[in-house]
Amino acid sequence: MKTAKLLAATAFMAASGLSVSQAQADELTLCWAAWDPANALVELSKEFEAQSGHTMKFEFVPWPNFADRMLNELNSGGKLCDLLIGDSQWIGGGAENGHYVKLNDFFDKEGISMDDFAPATVYAYSTWPKGTPNYYALPAMGDANGWFYRKDWFAMPEIQEAFKAEHGRDLAPPKTQMELLEVAKFFQGREIDGQKRYGAAIFTERGSEGITMGATSAMYPFGFKYEMTPGKYDMEGAVNSADAVAGLEFYKELYKTSTPPGYTDSYMEQSLDAFKSGQVAMAMNWFAFFPGLYADPDTGGDKIGFFVNPGQLKEASTLGGQGISVVAYSDKQDAALEYIKWFAQPSVQKKWWDLGGYSCHVSVLNDPNFADSAPFAADFLLAMDGVMDFWQEPAYAELLLAMQKRLHDYVVADQGTAKEALDKLIEDWTEVFEDEGKL
Amino acid sequence: MSDTPIDRVAKATPPSVAAKIRGLSDRAIAWLFVLPTIFLLLAVNIFPLIWTINLSFTNFRANRPNREVDYIGLRNYERILTDEDIWLTMQATAHFLFWTILLQVLIGFTLAWLINRKFKGNDLWTTLIVLPMMLSPAVVGNFWTFLYQPQIGLFNYGISFLTGIDPSSFQMIGDVKLAPWSIVIVDTWMWTPFVMLICLAGLRSIPDYIYEAAEIDRASQWRQFWTITVPMVLPFLMLAVLFRGIENFKMFDLVVQLTGGGPGSVTELTSINLKREAFEKWRTGYASAYAIILFVTVFGLASIYVKALNKVKER
Repeated sequence: MKTAKLLAATAFMAASGLSVSQAQADELTLCWAAWDPANALVELSKEFEAQSGHTMKFEFVPWPNFADRMLNELNSGGKLCDLLIGDSQWIGGGAENGHYVKLNDFFDKEGISMDDFAPATVYAYSTWPKGTPNYYALPAMGDANGWFYRKDWFAMPEIQEAFKAEHGRDLAPPKTQMELLEVAKFFQGREIDGQKRYGAAIFTERGSEGITMGATSAMYPFGFKYEMTPGKYDMEGAVNSADAVAGLEFYKELYKTSTPPGYTDSYMEQSLDAFKSGQVAMAMNWFAFFPGLYADPDTGGDKIGFFVNPGQLKEASTLGGQGISVVAYSDKQDAALEYIKWFAQPSVQKKWWDLGGYSCHVSVLNDPNFADSAPFAADFLLAMDGVMDFWQEPAYAELLLAMQKRLHDYVVADQGTAKEALDKLIEDWTEVFEDEGKL
Repeated sequence: MSDTPIDRVAKATPPSVAAKIRGLSDRAIAWLFVLPTIFLLLAVNIFPLIWTINLSFTNFRANRPNREVDYIGLRNYERILTDEDIWLTMQATAHFLFWTILLQVLIGFTLAWLINRKFKGNDLWTTLIVLPMMLSPAVVGNFWTFLYQPQIGLFNYGISFLTGIDPSSFQMIGDVKLAPWSIVIVDTWMWTPFVMLICLAGLRSIPDYIYEAAEIDRASQWRQFWTITVPMVLPFLMLAVLFRGIENFKMFDLVVQLTGGGPGSVTELTSINLKREAFEKWRTGYASAYAIILFVTVFGLASIYVKALNKVKER
């Protein structure tokens, strides 16, 4: 009888995999940016801890320092992170410099198919070289730059009347970039509830990636692109095309005419602050913040509305979001891969969306109820249909810093013309690609 | 006669060691003591300097350890010296250096001269004046961004109170023309007390009898100031200028917190620019050449200045 019980217990342990996971229980460190979705991931990961026996530790770095800190960590072969939810632009460097583990064999072995994730997110977050079936990350957090506005102000009869009198149409969330400018100018300096309000909070930050992410949100819809032929680095005529120049001039006008005073170095936090403090009628920011904004007791709920980045010549949004990668220097790669396997499950992805993370899994996105599951869900789907991303080259940091400088010099510091700024940008980028041996 | 402690130590020393030391010359023993310091200096200062010079002739990137490193001769130096943007950062640094030093010397010396006069509450005023330099530059940079804020900043309200212009009509750190002055103002606010303290030490080192002799000779206050005070404080003042010059040439934290180098690049000082090249763009070879150029500049200027300082002291 005793033997039978022992055998049964052993069989149960073996079947449940409990003995294996407990014997190899590891403490995994997951690195990401410090923001709302990271808190949701902590909550979600408790399920993984319960199932696997591994414990999770989190290293969240504020956005302005995130790239610096994590890229230094990777470049020095650091073992701080076992799993890294790194920005989409890091994928080239992560792959070519051997920072990320290539996941193809693992995906094949575990039956994880990239067809189960939205194609735009697989392309942007997972592949290097771009578009090839070489995967270095699992799409973890879909994101794009979108807009939110004071729905309660837009609905005020006196505001509606004034707007109609001025523009001959009803005040509504803008459908084009030009409409956006019109609405922003309309609110600039207007007194509402006894206080002076401003048009829009946009990105103008100089130090990391702010102004590039903001300005490209205007430039992409106007027709800005990086190359004439994808993969050829032929930037002349693409980066400085007449449409790109118009897009950049538009962004400068939006900055000059519609932002609060002193709005010269602003990114995510400043945009959120400007909106929550009732300074602005509209603000741009990443979809990742929208659940938190909607839940805000003062400016959320019925007072807030959302809209996708307006198009102009075409519909386009600046891509945000990240994939999750296993760091090649980690001593706990098996456990880290276990986490990715768990995270890729449709049920976990569903819970991820419910908690406030933006799943990229088609089972979540194609659910007929998805568009109605949150006031910004339909706009998220629209945005992800037209996302465009910055260079994802290994030299992305140099390319980004050059664009930050040229855009800030033109938009905020009033130096030169848009055409000159973009021409100089081509010179900077050409030098980088020459150094890289790609030109 | 009983043994002295030294004799007892000598006797307790094992014969072989004692014999060895006895066999060394004074010069050799001196070298023995100096060698660890020389070794440390070589390891910490000289080797990195030589290594940096070596890297400055390459296209090495610290974030690409696997990439082949090529020697590219003087290409990095040529690029830096012909780069219009680098010259703009040099100009920004020169503007910052010149005005901060000038203002700190003028205000610091004036404050020291006033504090040196005995009056009630003298110590309290000294303590209050030196408070800013006790703060962390990062903290100072951070809270001045609030003071300069056009909508709620006290600085703008102060200017508005004095001049009557709308406080939100100007942006100290957002305006291309005002931003270079915004960093000059904050650095002057923070470091004038340092110059004041050095000047105060100089003023207090002047013996009273010199002034008494001048009084007997019926020298006016003005003449006493120019012929006694200024020449005797000058070496101290020059030392303060040297310290502030070197410090402000490598200014980083305060300006990064305050303006981040912006708007555009108008407050991007050379140290900020160098950091971007070295640790954000990871152009290690290029940044090494840049660092060498800056090193030679500072070293050259400081050497000339120290010679001048020594001449003044000899007078």
